[in-house]
Amino acid sequence: MKVDNSLPLEYSTEENNLKILGFWIFIGAEIMLFATLFTAYFTLENRTGNGPTGAEIFEITPVLIETILLLTSSFTIGLAIHAMRLNRKKAMMGFFTITLILGTAFLGVEIYEFTHYVHVGAGLQTSAFTAALLTTLGTHGLHVTLGLFWGLFILLQIKKRGLTPETANKSFIFSLYWHFLDIIWIFIFSFIYLKGMM
Amino acid sequence: MDFFDRFAVPHPSFLIYAAMVGIGLTMLAVVVGITYFKKWGYLWREWITTVDHKRIGIMYLLTALLMLFRGGVDAIMMRYQLAMPENTFLDSQHYNEVFTTHGVVMILFMAMPFIIFFFNFLVPLQIGARDVAFPRLNALSFWLFFMGMGLFNLSFIIGGSPDAGWTSYFPLAGNEFSTSVGTNYYMIAIQIAGIGTLMTGINFITTILKMRAPGMTLMKMPMFTWSAFIANVIIVFAFPVLTVLLAMGTMDRLFGTNFFTTDNGGMDMLWANLFWVWGHPEVYILILPAFGLYSEIIPTFARRNLYGYKSMVASMVVISILSFVVWAHHFFTMGQGPLTNSIFSITTMAIAIPTGVKIFNWLFTLWKGKIQFTTPMLYSILFIPLFTLGGVTGVMLAMSAADYQYHNTMFLVAHFHNVIIPGVVYAMLAGMTFYWPKIFGFMLNEKLGKWTAWLLTVGFVLAFIPMYITGLDGQARRMYTYSESTGFSLLNMVSFIGAAIMAIAFALLVYNIYYSIRYSPRNIGSDPWDARSLEWSTHTPVPEYNFAITPQVASTQAFWDSKKNGHELFKGDIEKIHMPNNSGLPFIMSCMFFVFGFAMVFSIWPVVIVSLIGILACLVYRSFEQDHGRYISVEEIKETETRLRGAKNEGR
Repeated sequence: MKVDNSLPLEYSTEENNLKILGFWIFIGAEIMLFATLFTAYFTLENRTGNGPTGAEIFEITPVLIETILLLTSSFTIGLAIHAMRLNRKKAMMGFFTITLILGTAFLGVEIYEFTHYVHVGAGLQTSAFTAALLTTLGTHGLHVTLGLFWGLFILLQIKKRGLTPETANKSFIFSLYWHFLDIIWIFIFSFIYLKGMM
Repeated sequence: MDFFDRFAVPHPSFLIYAAMVGIGLTMLAVVVGITYFKKWGYLWREWITTVDHKRIGIMYLLTALLMLFRGGVDAIMMRYQLAMPENTFLDSQHYNEVFTTHGVVMILFMAMPFIIFFFNFLVPLQIGARDVAFPRLNALSFWLFFMGMGLFNLSFIIGGSPDAGWTSYFPLAGNEFSTSVGTNYYMIAIQIAGIGTLMTGINFITTILKMRAPGMTLMKMPMFTWSAFIANVIIVFAFPVLTVLLAMGTMDRLFGTNFFTTDNGGMDMLWANLFWVWGHPEVYILILPAFGLYSEIIPTFARRNLYGYKSMVASMVVISILSFVVWAHHFFTMGQGPLTNSIFSITTMAIAIPTGVKIFNWLFTLWKGKIQFTTPMLYSILFIPLFTLGGVTGVMLAMSAADYQYHNTMFLVAHFHNVIIPGVVYAMLAGMTFYWPKIFGFMLNEKLGKWTAWLLTVGFVLAFIPMYITGLDGQARRMYTYSESTGFSLLNMVSFIGAAIMAIAFALLVYNIYYSIRYSPRNIGSDPWDARSLEWSTHTPVPEYNFAITPQVASTQAFWDSKKNGHELFKGDIEKIHMPNNSGLPFIMSCMFFVFGFAMVFSIWPVVIVSLIGILACLVYRSFEQDHGRYISVEEIKETETRLRGAKNEGR
């Protein structure tokens, strides 16, 4: 395999370049996926049937905690990639671990939030609004969950194999994915929660 | 007993039982045959685990041909049912199932794999690449598609076929009105195949952007590669909509959500809208590569450069953008008001402009050309007037006020078959005949091929032109019968005769393949048509690594230049070539998807969970796996090259 040392590790082979571009295109597809979910949500937002409206069930505290957790984790994965570029394996793994812990905490709060919704009578089957809400949030949550496992495996590989063009490439792609989930969350926070509470 | 009841076909008839027995015996024969000839190892090593884009392409082709037969039988059954008034060949439920599966099979499991076959086989060869960007992902794409196809076809004999139309509009497709598991099959089988297609899209965009031969700028790509690129961009933007849509439909049916129901705030029109936000771009995913194939065939046999290369590209880009803003024309009558209808009318009619540009470009390519009427060219020449007719009726349908007359009549059925058959199906057959020698090393018989083309055209005209008339007279589509007093019987009988002629044409195609395998000469060299682009510059059969030396490109027709204008394609020495390793993982993972899908259809939750864990285990394995591929040595390449060149020289 040809390694070009003038480039950062994650871009250093041709295969790595292909993978990064491929992943950007995948993110393009993911944008369409969430755009469709948002479209469905905005269409069904006020169609609450006999169930509660958004303003009645949204609570700012858990949502704010989730937002802070996820935004911070996006920052720490950035630091991890920065450390990777400086070839500091230990620092990189440290920031990577913090990211995954923050992600897990986010997921914990989101699970609490979901049980809260079911508790106040806004389950999946209640109305079109709750179905769209829980599906949109759930799809994001599912992405975070899969990301946590994926990140954990990458972390184990870095530990075992060190920073190679391959592991660096995987880490970089993971960071793209993680930032993307963060951006989606900003949209969820602004246009589902804040708009819904107004 | 309840548990097993769901597996029974809800409306059994002699035909279904006969098909069950037939399918069972065929599968048994296949298994016994493979075991008897000891081919399991060969099948596993050379085909199931392959990551070679050419072999994956061939598997797509075989699947497409199989599904063409399957969908064709559906079509004949429908035409026979309608050939006479008050016919009792099919009952209404059976008829519903037949037109639903005909639509899904023909669009998603025949036309889609057919174009993906061309993507797979041609794109890497046309751009001078060794393989696609992600060969393993490519194998996964195929197997997911294949398992989706298998699951969908299983519905026929286990549990009942979907019966709510290929559009599966809610509330008809909801639990209340579609009580069998048929629509579950629709939701889940298409989902699995759709994920595969989405990955194909990502794969080919990356391939085309990053792996072109030196000198091949975007504006020097062969036109088919351009069309493949644009179609794949549409795939990446349209298929996620389908993913979400089918997920929501699945949840409505299995988990009792209220997305598309009629109470608790559900909105059935959301399905129709989102379906066509995916569905309309989908038809352009099919037609653009077809246009690309015509743009390869017409210059080859007119012996001229493609006229208006830049306008061809521009028109495809415009079509791809417009394809996303026309979806509401599928339901002008469903109450969105005159302003919305007018906007969608205008965007729809606007598509005729770039399409017209393409038609004229092909005509100008033919102008003053030294035209050779080979089979592929015959299809292309027949395509132009027939497709234009379909386009004109499309503009008629696009006028929203007039559409109140045509909506849901046979006029519409005639229109979309009129664009899909001469547009897509002719292109697929033309392309298949054109590239057959490159793929298999011998040509299809020209005489039989021309007979097929003419028979198909006669059959097509007889089958579909009468539908324009009965449609304008008010014959509704998707109705399983009509009374004699309507006066539709004569024209429907003509349609049936046309459909029968088309069936004969397809039988002739199969015979042609058989005949050519037996009698066609094998010493045809690597460029039997005297063609123009890179795929013809390598050997036939194409070696595993495609090109021993990466070709150098300086124009849109690099190979033509190398033949006529002294352009040097292959400069430099042979170096060792890096190739990906075969892998069984895509197949195994797709099998788990199949089990997952089947369990979802029947809500067998323990199996759903186990198969999901299996799928995740495959992903974990893949994450930890270290696979750096392998190298083909210089000696091995030289040996292969000498052997292939020798074979060619013998032929001359």
